[in-house]
Amino acid sequence: MKKAKEKKATRFFGIPLVAPYLGRYRMLAIAMILCGLVTSAVDVILPMFREYSLNHFIKDETLDTIVYFILLYVVTVVISGLSNYVSCHFAMRMEVTINRDLRSDAFSHLQKLSFSYFNQNSVGYVHARVMSDTSRIGSLLSWTLMDTVWHMSYLVGAIVVMFIKNARLALMVLAIVPVTAVIFAIFQGKLIRINREIREMNSKITGDFNEGITGAKTVKTLVVEEKMNRDFVKDTETMRKKSVKAAHFRALFGSTITFASALALAVVLWQGGLLGKSEIGTFAVFMSYAMGLMETVRWIIDAISDVITTQVNIERYHNLVTTEPDVKDSPEVIEKYGDAFDPKKENWEEIYGDIEFDDVSFKYPDGDEYVLEHFDLKIPFGTNVAIVGETGAGKSTLVNLVCRFFEPTEGRVLIDGRDARERSQLWLHSALGYVLQTPHLFSGTVRENLKYGNPDATEEEIEEALRLVSADEVVSRLEKGLDTDVGEGGDSLSTGEKQLISFARAILAKPKIIVLDEATSSVDTITEQKIQSAIDSIIKGRTSLVIAHRLSTVKNADIILVVDDGKIIERGTHRELLKAKGHYYNLYTRQYEEEMTKDVFDQ
Amino acid sequence: MKKTKEEKQQNRVQKRQNLRVLGHFMRGSWILFALTVISAALMALVEMVNPQIIRVTVDNVIGGTEMSGSGAMNEISRSVVSWLGGTDHIAKNLWIAALAIIIVAIAQAGTIYMFRVINAKASERLIKTMRDDLYSHISRLPFSWHAKNQTGDIIQRCTSDIDTARRFVTEQLTAIFRIVLMLIMSLVFMFPMNTKLTLIAVAPLPILTIYSLVFHKKIGSGFEKCDENEGKLSAIAQENLTGVRVVRAFGREKYERDKFDSQNKYYTSLWVKLSKTMSRFWSVSDVIAGLQIMLVVVFGAVFCIGGELKSGEYIAFITYNTMLVWPMRRLGAVISDMSKAGVSINRVSYIMNSEEEHDRTDAKEPDMTGDIAFENVSFAYENCPEIIHNVNLKIKAGTTLGILGGTGSGKSTLMLLLDRMYDLEEGNGKITVGGVDIRDIKAEHLRKNIGMVLQEPFLFSRSIRENIGITRDGITLTEIREAARAACLDETVEGFSKKYDTFVGERGVTLSGGQKQRAAIARMLTQNTPIMIFDDSLSAVDTETDAKIRRALEERFGTATIIIISHRITTLQKADKIIVLDHGNIVEEGTHETLKDAGGIYEKIYDIQTGGIEEVGA
Repeated sequence: MKKAKEKKATRFFGIPLVAPYLGRYRMLAIAMILCGLVTSAVDVILPMFREYSLNHFIKDETLDTIVYFILLYVVTVVISGLSNYVSCHFAMRMEVTINRDLRSDAFSHLQKLSFSYFNQNSVGYVHARVMSDTSRIGSLLSWTLMDTVWHMSYLVGAIVVMFIKNARLALMVLAIVPVTAVIFAIFQGKLIRINREIREMNSKITGDFNEGITGAKTVKTLVVEEKMNRDFVKDTETMRKKSVKAAHFRALFGSTITFASALALAVVLWQGGLLGKSEIGTFAVFMSYAMGLMETVRWIIDAISDVITTQVNIERYHNLVTTEPDVKDSPEVIEKYGDAFDPKKENWEEIYGDIEFDDVSFKYPDGDEYVLEHFDLKIPFGTNVAIVGETGAGKSTLVNLVCRFFEPTEGRVLIDGRDARERSQLWLHSALGYVLQTPHLFSGTVRENLKYGNPDATEEEIEEALRLVSADEVVSRLEKGLDTDVGEGGDSLSTGEKQLISFARAILAKPKIIVLDEATSSVDTITEQKIQSAIDSIIKGRTSLVIAHRLSTVKNADIILVVDDGKIIERGTHRELLKAKGHYYNLYTRQYEEEMTKDVFDQ
Repeated sequence: MKKTKEEKQQNRVQKRQNLRVLGHFMRGSWILFALTVISAALMALVEMVNPQIIRVTVDNVIGGTEMSGSGAMNEISRSVVSWLGGTDHIAKNLWIAALAIIIVAIAQAGTIYMFRVINAKASERLIKTMRDDLYSHISRLPFSWHAKNQTGDIIQRCTSDIDTARRFVTEQLTAIFRIVLMLIMSLVFMFPMNTKLTLIAVAPLPILTIYSLVFHKKIGSGFEKCDENEGKLSAIAQENLTGVRVVRAFGREKYERDKFDSQNKYYTSLWVKLSKTMSRFWSVSDVIAGLQIMLVVVFGAVFCIGGELKSGEYIAFITYNTMLVWPMRRLGAVISDMSKAGVSINRVSYIMNSEEEHDRTDAKEPDMTGDIAFENVSFAYENCPEIIHNVNLKIKAGTTLGILGGTGSGKSTLMLLLDRMYDLEEGNGKITVGGVDIRDIKAEHLRKNIGMVLQEPFLFSRSIRENIGITRDGITLTEIREAARAACLDETVEGFSKKYDTFVGERGVTLSGGQKQRAAIARMLTQNTPIMIFDDSLSAVDTETDAKIRRALEERFGTATIIIISHRITTLQKADKIIVLDHGNIVEEGTHETLKDAGGIYEKIYDIQTGGIEEVGA
């Protein structure tokens, strides 16, 4: 079923998939095409002025109609200028607006897509779909279309005029066109392939630079500068060879155009010359067309190659915007609670904060193995759950389920006694406080970041939240206080500071449920203590799930879940688990040693 | 006022430096560039021939007029025609004229091909030289330079900036040359035909050029604004994608969409505005060019009737005229592009002008199997407080030193100093190996004799085999496996489906932390150095494997001097000597036996790590 759909999708180089975007600007497109036709018509007509001049003024040695001639000439040139203005302006306008629409649609859709999508596709990959695929498609639907109209109509116009003037000569000139077109197509085909290789090589070289710079310390300690340089030179040499090869084909293009044009010219000279002295004007006009035709054919081949190479961009874009989110609110839920962009807050129930796993089995959409099987757990309001385990053991699974970033494969997650699926995602998320292991701040001021989860927060609330997590000192140290720009990704703050700010941000959202992924990164002792007390005050009076690394956080938890290899292998309180002398015991002992060792030095 | 003078002076110095750097880059390609210029000239010359053939054909062959007129051009055409059998003969056999056109066309196609390929060869040679030079120069810059500069910025300089510099030389400079050439040649052919008509044709050209220049200058800021806002839009998307969890957890999808949409709209509106200006420029210059052609057509006709011009000359003149108009329109665009190149070349020069690491002129390559000594060593990173305070330490050749210390205690710095990643300043003590100050030892020799495994191992994006064997050319798989076995990695790698050919992803993503550390250890072992340093490089490995690796080291590299940094007592306890480093000072020194009851930091940590959980009370 899915395969059949894909096959259909790639018909006509995928253009039908994106045609609706062009359809929105139907009037612009029509105007652009009409003006393009006018421009081509003028291009076809202009040589005829020369013809008239030769065949009338010069042959008859008279200037009787020169005034009309000049007037008409000026009018034609001005019309050409105007139509050129309109078609260029509209083509560019369409290009940028279609780009805008494509980007906007892709971005909106990404806001709805599930986490499994983001887990499977890197940020760089998705980013390229939104920013670069869209611009390729936009230029296809505007400029490639424009070019095709221009050159096709010029081709048709020139052929028609040539036939009217002299059918025999026209046929002879035109015989050259198909041969040239085939040669062009062969070169273009090779170029498409080489260009792809060049692009790959280019990113390899960028990668080499990246490696040479980020790995500088290692390269120096190993004294492998020479070897690295040698290997790099190999890559640049491959790149050079391929680029020269591509240039060779591009040069052949130029030569072919020139040669084919000259061939056409020779035909005109030979056969046209036989027309004799009286027809020198016609002869001249044929020469103009003969020279212009080959360039036109080249442009048409270029446009075709654009269509072919853009197909992959269209397919990738289409795949993105047609990917169904794994987690979706049902139509009934949207009806009552609204969706992410259009919430109906008046229908939202107050959230209390009870969570319950009811016979939950779960496997990740891209995994084969169940990581949870018939899992039951009651987390009444105010309970503090700690999840512990090695890095990569799969600790975030429960968190993902509670946040409804994923849904159970079987069974239910109940929020306040009702299946989470009975209410909208946004309803749940707006009652959620989430603190990441690597705190993510958005570029903007500290204040903007704090208000991210609660745009209506008052100054007092902000102050209070900052105090509660002792982030007030961080802010007061900043030059412009709350109005300090944090830089892209919060780069101008230290990790510890970012963490404290992100705590305050979570508190400001007034969450009933808090989800916290503790950082493992080392911060100085004072910050460490601050973070610790901040965590204590955040989880107080809330239902909380903490992916825990700090012993104190773990020790005080109401329920501890031990995760290994994606599965929950132990659960209980700190005391119970220590007594059991199982996995938790080992984990705890090691952690204890490490922390104590660190403490000795910090004293 | 004075300041601007200074600035000007500085500017000049900068420009001279840029030219020198550019000249240096062109050392392998200047012949190709010279050939480019020659072939461009040939190409332009051949292009001038066709209109002459048409002129003669129309006027003398078809028109039947006498071949008259003076000047070199007419002389040449006369002799060519007479060689071909005279005008009457050609008139009866018009294919001769056609053949002439084709022969010229072959020459034309040839010169075009030659020009483009040679130009591309020059261009590719140039950028290859730039890439190679930069890469090798960067690898020879001192480590302090690397620590100071941001990776992204440097990569930008090595990719898009050198491309701009390349385009400056291979596209813009050659374009200017070709434009001037075409201009001169067209005029050379036009003037002898009719001086008045040539002057009429030339008159409107300055308008076209000035208009184009002014326009491109003005539009530059518009482009910059667009670029800047595209960057902003791109950053919003980037942040949204990296922060997708935060966005969802706070339920801010709508806000994000609106933020993106508003920037998207603004950015688009900038382009729409720009498109108006650009379209206006295109069409206005089209109209000017069109009217210029009209002038030539009309006045040409007038002169023809007046008998000053023949119809063949008229046709040829119009053809030359088009060769004149095209370059004048391009000139503005090329000149404005050229102005952008300066900034890029500056940015590349910055790297090339940074000083490489260098040894003292009398640097030696002494034997490296002697004792290591730190004498009164103090050190501070640039613009930072001192981190190492007057450290004195002796490590006897062939012994093992253990270092215990907290984060920021200066233990890694100490090792970087020994490897001369940073040079000690005069008066801040010295480090010697076998009695020789390491500043008097060639850096390459020093580092080749010190094997160091860093705290955060860096693997290259190559196969495991290439990663371990990178230190030596022609290393065999047996040797690689032997090193891997000593590092307890062989079994793991043999378990992979592609074994030693398994590719290590970008920055080693496919291997776990412990596996990466062990790969780095194996890699170091292939160097077979008399001095080995393990900077906390067993932290991600479990205790048993840790012990196994150390045992293998002892067996195979008994004569080497080994320095192990760790905070695991079991890792350190067998060392011949152990020091405890705290805030840049050696606070304890001894062996495991003497330190474990000495009542200091070592004892405390020993107790913690052997005490177990019961004592601390659960």
